[in-house]
Amino acid sequence: MAARTQVERSRLLAQRWRGLFYLLVGLAILVFFTSETCPDQIATLGLNTTRSVQWVRLPDLVVPVVPAVWVLAAIVLALGMRDLVRPFRRGGWLLGIASFCFLAAFLVWAARGTSFSLIGILSASLQLATPILLGALAAILCERSAVINIAVEGMMLSAAFTSVLVANLTGNIMLGFVAAMATGALLAAWHAVLSIQFKVNQIISGTVINIFAIGMTNFLNQRLMQEYTDLNNEVTFPYLSQMFPDLGKIPIVGPLLFDQSPIVWLALILLIVIQVALFHTRWGLRTRAVGEHPRAADTLGIDVFRTRYINVILGGVVAGIAGAYFTLGSVGRFDKLMTSGRGFIAMAAMIFGNWTPIGALASSLIFGFADALQVKLQILIGQVNIPYEFLLMLPYIVTMIALAGVVGRVQMPAADGQPYEKQ
Amino acid sequence: MPPILELDGITKRFPGVLANDHIHLTLEQGEIHALLGENGAGKTTLMNILYGLYHPDEGRILVRGKEVKIDTPSQAIRLGIGMVHQHFMLIPVFTVTENVMLGEETLTRGIFLDRAAVAARIRDISAQYGLQVDPDAYIKDLSVGAQQRVEILKILYRRADILILDEPTAVLTPQEVEELFKVIRSLVARGVSIIFISHKLKEVMAIADRITVLRDGRVVGTTRPAETSPAALARMMVGREVILTVDKQPARPGEVVLDVNDLHVLDDRQQTRVSGISFQVRAGEILGIAGVQGNGQTELVEALTGLRPIARGRVTILGNDTTRATPRHVLQSGVAHIPEDRQRDGLVLTFPVADNLVLNMYYLPPFARGIRIDERTVFASATQRVQQFDIRTPSIHTLASSLSGGNQQKVIVAREFTRPIRLLIASQPTRGLDVGSIEYIHQRIVEMRDQGCAVLLVSPELDEILSLADRIVVMYHGKIMDILPASQATPEKLGLLMAGVREG
Amino acid sequence: MARSPEISQARVSMWQRVANAMALPVLSLLSALVLSAVFILGSDLKVLTAFSQFFSDPARALLTAGKALADAYGALFIGVFGDPAKIFKEVGEFFATGDTQGLAIAFYPFSENFVTATPYIFAGLAVAFGFRCGLFNIGAEGQIYVGAAAAAFVGYSVEGLPWIIHAPLTFLAGALAGAFWAGIAGFLKATRGAHEVINTMMLNYVAFNLIHYLLNGPMKRGGAAGTIPISRNIVESAYLPTFFPEPIRFHAGFIVALLVAVLVWWLLFKTTLGFEIRTVGANLHAARCAGINISRSFILAMAISGALAAMAGAGEVMGVNHNLAEGFSPGYGFDSIALAMLGGGHPLGVVLAALLFGTLRNGATKMQSLAAIPIDLVSIVQAFVIMFVAAPIIIRRLYRLKTEVGGQMILMRGWGD
Repeated sequence: MAARTQVERSRLLAQRWRGLFYLLVGLAILVFFTSETCPDQIATLGLNTTRSVQWVRLPDLVVPVVPAVWVLAAIVLALGMRDLVRPFRRGGWLLGIASFCFLAAFLVWAARGTSFSLIGILSASLQLATPILLGALAAILCERSAVINIAVEGMMLSAAFTSVLVANLTGNIMLGFVAAMATGALLAAWHAVLSIQFKVNQIISGTVINIFAIGMTNFLNQRLMQEYTDLNNEVTFPYLSQMFPDLGKIPIVGPLLFDQSPIVWLALILLIVIQVALFHTRWGLRTRAVGEHPRAADTLGIDVFRTRYINVILGGVVAGIAGAYFTLGSVGRFDKLMTSGRGFIAMAAMIFGNWTPIGALASSLIFGFADALQVKLQILIGQVNIPYEFLLMLPYIVTMIALAGVVGRVQMPAADGQPYEKQ
Repeated sequence: MPPILELDGITKRFPGVLANDHIHLTLEQGEIHALLGENGAGKTTLMNILYGLYHPDEGRILVRGKEVKIDTPSQAIRLGIGMVHQHFMLIPVFTVTENVMLGEETLTRGIFLDRAAVAARIRDISAQYGLQVDPDAYIKDLSVGAQQRVEILKILYRRADILILDEPTAVLTPQEVEELFKVIRSLVARGVSIIFISHKLKEVMAIADRITVLRDGRVVGTTRPAETSPAALARMMVGREVILTVDKQPARPGEVVLDVNDLHVLDDRQQTRVSGISFQVRAGEILGIAGVQGNGQTELVEALTGLRPIARGRVTILGNDTTRATPRHVLQSGVAHIPEDRQRDGLVLTFPVADNLVLNMYYLPPFARGIRIDERTVFASATQRVQQFDIRTPSIHTLASSLSGGNQQKVIVAREFTRPIRLLIASQPTRGLDVGSIEYIHQRIVEMRDQGCAVLLVSPELDEILSLADRIVVMYHGKIMDILPASQATPEKLGLLMAGVREG
Repeated sequence: MARSPEISQARVSMWQRVANAMALPVLSLLSALVLSAVFILGSDLKVLTAFSQFFSDPARALLTAGKALADAYGALFIGVFGDPAKIFKEVGEFFATGDTQGLAIAFYPFSENFVTATPYIFAGLAVAFGFRCGLFNIGAEGQIYVGAAAAAFVGYSVEGLPWIIHAPLTFLAGALAGAFWAGIAGFLKATRGAHEVINTMMLNYVAFNLIHYLLNGPMKRGGAAGTIPISRNIVESAYLPTFFPEPIRFHAGFIVALLVAVLVWWLLFKTTLGFEIRTVGANLHAARCAGINISRSFILAMAISGALAAMAGAGEVMGVNHNLAEGFSPGYGFDSIALAMLGGGHPLGVVLAALLFGTLRNGATKMQSLAAIPIDLVSIVQAFVIMFVAAPIIIRRLYRLKTEVGGQMILMRGWGD
């Protein structure tokens, strides 16, 4: 057998390091998450929601802390050992299982001696994932036709503002929702004109929108809402479980899926629609063609500019829905800068998900979970000795790590970011 | 019967250049009409007008005897006109089916794509015209020849009967060219009419029924192969006697400058592109690497210049191991690199000429002392070199983007040839240049050789290799097929090697 | 050696080039101000109600609009130049009695332009430097805070040093902190190809939370018993000196900023490092082929950019506030994006644009207090400024200009590369 090439050799070496890494992770689980525990401590993981009454009250999951941590650590140690000796082909599964074990051990340890609602954190994950998912879908619609859109943040913020303003002005929540979509569409149109017509660098034109959005929302918030506080009254859509009480009573699924704003469901439906449309309809084929090789599409008679305009504006509409979620789907009122960087996290979710809706779902759930975790950990603050500000940093740091880990292994639309020149 | 296509008085102006000047051209039904001219003669512009990508300033187009206006490619397609571009208009991450159906999608249940129906029709057309294509393959996995077949298929799918082929043989081996000619003849037998754009005299003589020569945007003449000769065509193309070979002394090779030993190089997707190549280049000789583009030459040059990591093997320059050297280290070892893509890799178009002339030397004395750049020296050296190499530019502060292709290449040559170099790696140094610039560059390369430099010339143009190289290496699928002295090389022999056919 | 005729010719037309270069920024700013007037009027209920009855009483509508604008821009004027009447009076007083106090009070608004401009110069240089390497550093705000924190720490925890050592040390500490912070993003870009737009933005949020933690924890004045999130005051030996009597706050930081601008200009255009960075920004592939180390350039450019931004924070701590408090930056980092673009990515342009922005923000503060125009109007103006500068063709069409306005100074990449 011929000697291995240098490249092959370095790849094998990297894999050995990987096995070692997971061994260390397993050891870390064992060491850190058995510290400060008593041997017979238990963690109680609630499977019921406190919000509504359920048909069947499920018993709480009572987990003996130390044995559980041992089991989880053992799983990771075993995987690490196997990887060291005979490396796995697909590293992705390994990362997923190890991450799950680490997180589970962490949760169990953090909840030692007390209880916390497992259902609660999962439900919160979905809630916090929704605006990121919608933002990512909006960005995907734009980027699949090769227009970079970093203005999702600004579109979301502006839409959040107008949704509350219009809903209170007209007394009609649906009009507020429509206003949010219209705001997103208008800002998207502005971005489209700047980047498609005037061929402005797309990151700059996105920044224009973002800065404008911050300025406009703060400006109008102060001018209008602080003077006429009625314009900022709480307006929200009722949760599905409030509209159809029976749905909320189903154990596990009830609190998880139905104790949510209808916008969450809208997001999931949009996800499926966009996924199918992108890969199985004529619009999707043409959009992707324009994003990969606009000149080829042009030679086949497809209007590159029109396709891009439509996609960017559609993306704006979805971003508008995301904005409406912050207000009409959540707290009901507008606060300055309330999107706090979720738009940028949504873009990272899009990259992490390889520019597909399904991928975006996976990554936004991960980010949502990180977000929910940080909220829950603030409650368990006594058990986890980390200042809460560091917990607040968690979603942002997770984003940076995810981005660093995934770049190079994902494939963006080939013409992404390049204005199209017709000759 | 009227000609199936007639272009009457077509004129097209771009800022600063008259691309097409009252061009008249007819195409008979079932004819193969070649459009011959050198780079920049206006051939592609004319065809883009026919295909609706450009709009003519003057003139009319008649299809099947009726005057038409072609404003978009869709209209051209509807009139039965199809174009296979020089650079393929295929989407690599789509399948053959998806590329073919794009713009003419067959739908099922109203809105969903019907890939199966399209694939079936593709198979029918394949069988009918003898075009071997797998509808479910991804374009990025197909060979260049296969991709070209997909392009032709796209047109036939749309029931075109006027086919425009723009430089279709640029990326084919001589054997693949024969295959293409067979396909063309079979299409013509079924009533398709073809316009064949090329700058290659011999091919045009072989395939065309009629030949129209374009020069500087004007029609110089229309003739038939039987009534003309390659020399006559060349004269029409260029307007003067063309020396088809370079005047050079025999080589006097000295010491070994570049030693490549069992080189293996992978591409970005970890596929092997160079597998086990070994050769040497001596001072005072030109080693030409022939081969159809895409057989590993690009990756070889990148590996030698430090731009791509070497998976296995060794590279030695003047005794120094440069296998793991950085690009800067390679340059400092006395290597000059004329890159394949001059605008992307060789120049910074938004920088002035003076800056471009020191692009890889700005940090060395006398241009810099420590961290400070000595502008006066930079400007003085630039002025001197612009004169020495006859670079046509208003000033050394003009941005490189304002220069013509030939002058841009001269900037790169001026930069590289005035460094203390022992090895010159030139990759497609005359691509897209006019004849005058080509002659100039060829002369300077031979001069370098005569001054004791080792030259590695990589070119897909057989004529260039045959006229310049002292020894010739043929690459195919990342391997060396053979190394022969120029005296033993003929186009036929090289063609076979380029297609992977070893002798004996 | 005599200057070649080519170079002389280039110099002669330099004035023309300067005029050309200024046309776009000036017109962009004007147009942006006009557009933002729409927002002023559109959010004023008195104006809106007057306009709803436009056809019955057009004069009243226009008068109301006019008064609103006059109030707003009048307040802006006072914010920028001070009250002219007051200035005349105090100048007279000064010549009569030698009383500097009143003079200082009268000139206070004008001096504030330069005080506000100081951090803008630093932050603008930071973003412009990034642009030159093709990097989009939107993390300037976070870098400002990180620099301020480091400077404050060194400023109050080291005692007994003479000013000549302590002050530069403090300033340097801030710069290094910023270099490190931005360097993280540069490192991620160089090694993993992760786009700096997302990473610098994420680092912003991390920085904000970090500062919040520090000011409520380790750096809080009075320790755990302290009541407000503010740090201890820095020692006097770490101050940036002022030159005029109170209440004028003009400090040496402005001079330092100008010096740093010259340093940046020299670095970018006269050194090998600057040449490398500009080449990487202009054409990454050619730079690589020419042997330039791309990773090194990315990391260095981001680090220098971060250091420059951090200097803004250090300057504010050392020259104005003398401590670290949350929210001391009203968005200097974000504003400087527009600023750098307006300045064409060139240090001289940045200084001019910084003076302009400082003036604008200073005046806007008065607009907020006198005419109740929220200071966020500045952001709206900025957004339009960036738009006009980035798409010069709009200005060209609007004002029917014949010549080429603006050039491609800002170089940036998409997700890939």
